[in-house]
Amino acid sequence: MAIEQAEKALTPSEYITHHLTFNSQPVGDGSFWMLNYDSFIMSVLLGIVVMGLIWWVARSATAGVPSKGQAFVELIFSFVDDQVKNIFHGNRHSFIAPTALTVFLWVLAMNAMDFLPVDVMHHFVYAPLGLEHWRSVPTSDINTTFALALAVWFLMIFFSIKVKGFGGWIHELFYTPFGTKFWVLPLNFLFNLIEYVSKPLSHSLRLFGNMYAGEVIFLLLGMWAATGISGTIFGAILGAGWSIFHILIVALQAFIFMMLTVVYLSMAHESH
Amino acid sequence: MNINFTLIAQAIAFAVLIWFTVKFVWPPLLSAIETRQKEIADGLAAAQEGRSALDIAAKKSEATLTEAKQKASEIIGQAEKRGSQIVEEAKGNAKAEGDRILAGAKAEIDQEVNRAKEGLRSQVSALAIAGAEKILRKEIDAKAHSEMLSKLAAEL
Repeated sequence: MAIEQAEKALTPSEYITHHLTFNSQPVGDGSFWMLNYDSFIMSVLLGIVVMGLIWWVARSATAGVPSKGQAFVELIFSFVDDQVKNIFHGNRHSFIAPTALTVFLWVLAMNAMDFLPVDVMHHFVYAPLGLEHWRSVPTSDINTTFALALAVWFLMIFFSIKVKGFGGWIHELFYTPFGTKFWVLPLNFLFNLIEYVSKPLSHSLRLFGNMYAGEVIFLLLGMWAATGISGTIFGAILGAGWSIFHILIVALQAFIFMMLTVVYLSMAHESH
Repeated sequence: MNINFTLIAQAIAFAVLIWFTVKFVWPPLLSAIETRQKEIADGLAAAQEGRSALDIAAKKSEATLTEAKQKASEIIGQAEKRGSQIVEEAKGNAKAEGDRILAGAKAEIDQEVNRAKEGLRSQVSALAIAGAEKILRKEIDAKAHSEMLSKLAAEL
């Protein structure tokens, strides 16, 4: 199917639209009740693979001389644990640090799907499986990043109420950051409202924007490669260069997403 | 780029993953690392302890060695003293023994001399009496003059 399409000489916008269309199927009535099977299946698969691998190593973790696999997992563990330790001052081992590890590894794995060459995957994997549209990168789906950010947002409110009590949380919404004078209370509330709205938006859109842009650049380079022999050569060279640079972005965005998660959850634990 | 049910599905997947990590992944890794850290700390402490014990033992052995040396030299000194004492004693004993033997010999010699003198005296007196008898056969009464003659013999 995909091969036929390539032979049909797609227009650039058709090519890009084709690669940026989700495999969206209805699960109920209404426009909301659609499930992006590609995002969902890819992310769940990656979650199972990544956390399963870590679990497989952790299950037989020994306090003695570690195997190479265990040493590698411990390296990641210590990296995440150190970051959390610097930000969060409390019992991090019961929830925040494991959450940070999950976020970091899962987002890293999902971002890394950007390295799969889109056309090769379509021609040799997805099209033979009968999948007309299949996007490999779950984090270039706003639903995925927004789901993560919203989950963190709810955890933030949960921990705020758990630590300060419901009254304490409401009190904080109205009495910080500008003071307790009567006339600044609406201002305080407005400020906190903006903060509560902007946190999940910036959290999710930063990751989404980076991964989406990365994908689009790969698509543009792929398009250039279709224009002729020189386009193929330059497209390949620039594609390789962008891939190498993208390694940094993939890791950095996963790290930033983890750090913001930890920062937001730590802030929820602190009273102002 | 529209929000749909995927949002909820992904949030559920995220929650399950967090639960899985909190429950099954983090605790074994944490306990392994913390146990190892404790073991290393204990090992370092034990090494430190061993090192100080070694220091103490070295000092002790040195002290023992010095003491032993001192005792040995003391014993040698005593032995030397005792040796010279024994030699002195032996010397004294030998001298005394020699003196005693010498004195015994001298006494014996004196005794022999006296005995010879006695013998000679009795023989001289007998000879004198015999001579005088021969000369004075008639006038001299042996019995009357024997007192005088023995007095003479004693004076010899």
